[in-house]
Amino acid sequence: MLKIKNLHASIDGKEILKGINLEVKAGEIHAIMGPNGSGKSTLSAVLAGREEYEVTAGSVSFGGKDILELKPEDRAREGLFLAFQYPIEIPGVSNINFLKTAINETRAYKGMEPVSAKEFLAMVKEKSALVELDAKLANRSVNEGFSGGEKKRNEIFQMAMLNPKLSILDETDSGLDIDALRIVAKGVNQLKSPTNATIVITHYQRLLDYIIPDFVHVLYNGRIVKTGGKELALELEEKGYDWIKELI
Amino acid sequence: MAYSEDELKKELKDQEYKYGFTSNIASEVIPKGLNEDVVRLISTKKNEPQWLLDFRLKAFAHWKTMVEKRWAHVSYPTIDFQNISYYAAPKGKKEVSWDEVDPEMKATMDKLGISMDEQKALSGVAVDFVFDSVSVKTSFKEKLGELGVIFCSFSEAVAEHPELVKKYLGSVVPSTDNFYAALNSAVFSDGSFCYIPKGVRCPMELSTYFRINEANTGQFERTLLIADENSYVSYLEGCTAPMRDENQLHAAVVELISLDGAEIKYSTVQNWYPGDKDGKGGIYNFVTKRGICYTGSKISWTQVETGSAVTWKYPSCILKGDNSIGEFYSVAVTNHYQQADTGTKMIHLGKNTKSTIISKGISAGFSNNSYRGLVQINKNATNARNFTQCDSLLMSDHCGAHTFPYIEVKNSTAKIEHEATTSKIGEDQIFYCNQRGISTEKAINLIVNGYCKDVLNKLPMEFAVEAQKLLEISLEGSVG
Repeated sequence: MLKIKNLHASIDGKEILKGINLEVKAGEIHAIMGPNGSGKSTLSAVLAGREEYEVTAGSVSFGGKDILELKPEDRAREGLFLAFQYPIEIPGVSNINFLKTAINETRAYKGMEPVSAKEFLAMVKEKSALVELDAKLANRSVNEGFSGGEKKRNEIFQMAMLNPKLSILDETDSGLDIDALRIVAKGVNQLKSPTNATIVITHYQRLLDYIIPDFVHVLYNGRIVKTGGKELALELEEKGYDWIKELI
Repeated sequence: MAYSEDELKKELKDQEYKYGFTSNIASEVIPKGLNEDVVRLISTKKNEPQWLLDFRLKAFAHWKTMVEKRWAHVSYPTIDFQNISYYAAPKGKKEVSWDEVDPEMKATMDKLGISMDEQKALSGVAVDFVFDSVSVKTSFKEKLGELGVIFCSFSEAVAEHPELVKKYLGSVVPSTDNFYAALNSAVFSDGSFCYIPKGVRCPMELSTYFRINEANTGQFERTLLIADENSYVSYLEGCTAPMRDENQLHAAVVELISLDGAEIKYSTVQNWYPGDKDGKGGIYNFVTKRGICYTGSKISWTQVETGSAVTWKYPSCILKGDNSIGEFYSVAVTNHYQQADTGTKMIHLGKNTKSTIISKGISAGFSNNSYRGLVQINKNATNARNFTQCDSLLMSDHCGAHTFPYIEVKNSTAKIEHEATTSKIGEDQIFYCNQRGISTEKAINLIVNGYCKDVLNKLPMEFAVEAQKLLEISLEGSVG
């Protein structure tokens, strides 16, 4: 589904990603861990298409397409979803209107008719229950006045509504208390299917108690320096990132 | 008039100013120039009574002594008042029935989306259509007449209801009020007149559509709206003009009188030709709008200003009666080289008077957008309250947003709140939308509409859709 080969990217002339190689197949969950400044968020930003980052070498294919050639909205329409570390507020735009626009733009891209009001509302009802999101929040402005936990749950709600092929959760666990963490993880697990995949970016092993990864990658200084199974996360937690530094 | 989202999308494909066409209608235009004879000529053409000619002449005499004030944060070349024609009217007699209306005029209305056909009018909006200097046609007159509502052209009102016109004309905006109000008082040609009798809730929206067609003419219309005790009316005003390279002047005066317990809701969607992207051409929109509120009455101004090269306009409320309420909701958009200096004045005279001001400015391109407002609490206005919120949204690196709030309080019981924000449209917000599959253009529309929501919500339904459409067109390609 996703093939990243020798990806180099920089911002303001400073190289952050220094040759990333990663393959994610349908049905898999990958965790990317690493210390601050290792390039975790840069990787998600580059995949989603943030303009500030310049890709200097390498390739990324997603569903057989070279996504580096696509605009951010087209990447999203192809089924790439990024759950933001810091979800953005859009005052005056209701969550519902925002999502309906997003869904219909994606449907138009695929040559489909807009979603019917009935179908849409049924979806909202079903998916908001999944993340235990208060129905009232669906009518409020996008993320405006939401608590930290509500914002993150709203990201997963949007993910459920958009039904992406690949979801990248960028430090979704940051700022979450244990209950919210459970709810978010439950949502992610319920959305898991043999045809989609998830990349979980996190600092801590904690989230991986709830979302069990098939692979754990350790990102350090712009490269993936170690890959293993879910036990690697536990090892990391125990030995700390200094252990990784010694490995290279 | 109701649009589906898809129709909206289709219409947005042709983003240029779509009302820029010219109608080929034979007109009678008086020669350019301004002097006492011209004032008399206009009055004669309209068969006016002596008192109205006297009103004009007094205004003109005063105007000659005045100097145009330039305190507004806008710049434009000195206007040569001798190079403007002050009266242009489509030829032929005033039509009585719809069948007699010139087909070209009907085609023009069609293009502007105005329906005079009472059978076809969807939601019961009565329309008065003012073309250049005269009112062409007013719909639903008979039906409104049954309730005692008078809705007609200003000229007709002068002929048929002189006592009302005489009593209220110039009572809120004196002919000597300011340079352009004085000019208007001298040379105004037509406009709309409306009277709602005591206790009547006007069952349909009343609307005036202003259209400038002729080149080198100015449009000087007057609107006089009287809501008698405990009545209610919602009034809409729309404006467009052809695309021309030279600037044209539009200097209107609107007076609202809200008697005891009455309520007037006055909405404007101003879409005069704004000039091209290099700032060539466009309308100078210098307008004086003011209303007076008597005991327990209310006036609510809502405006969406997207057009005109230069806008200078402060719809205001004089809260004379105790417990009266004034409201001002405004969205002003400027793009390319447009300039707008707009806001309101809330003059609190009575006790327990309340006013609310919500102003949303959006500047794009190389434009300049200013909010200028005065909240004045006079010494007898015990327990007066005001809430003001003025927000500015910047869409480019070259535009300007300015806020000039004036607050004068002479009574210590007053409560005044003022909130102001300035923000740049966020790249983060746009990217967030992009990441959900929403194109940049659509993202901007969403964000801007969200930003203006508090004001757009105040507009009657059809107007809100129209306004939303206008915002999208006005801001086309404005983030770069």
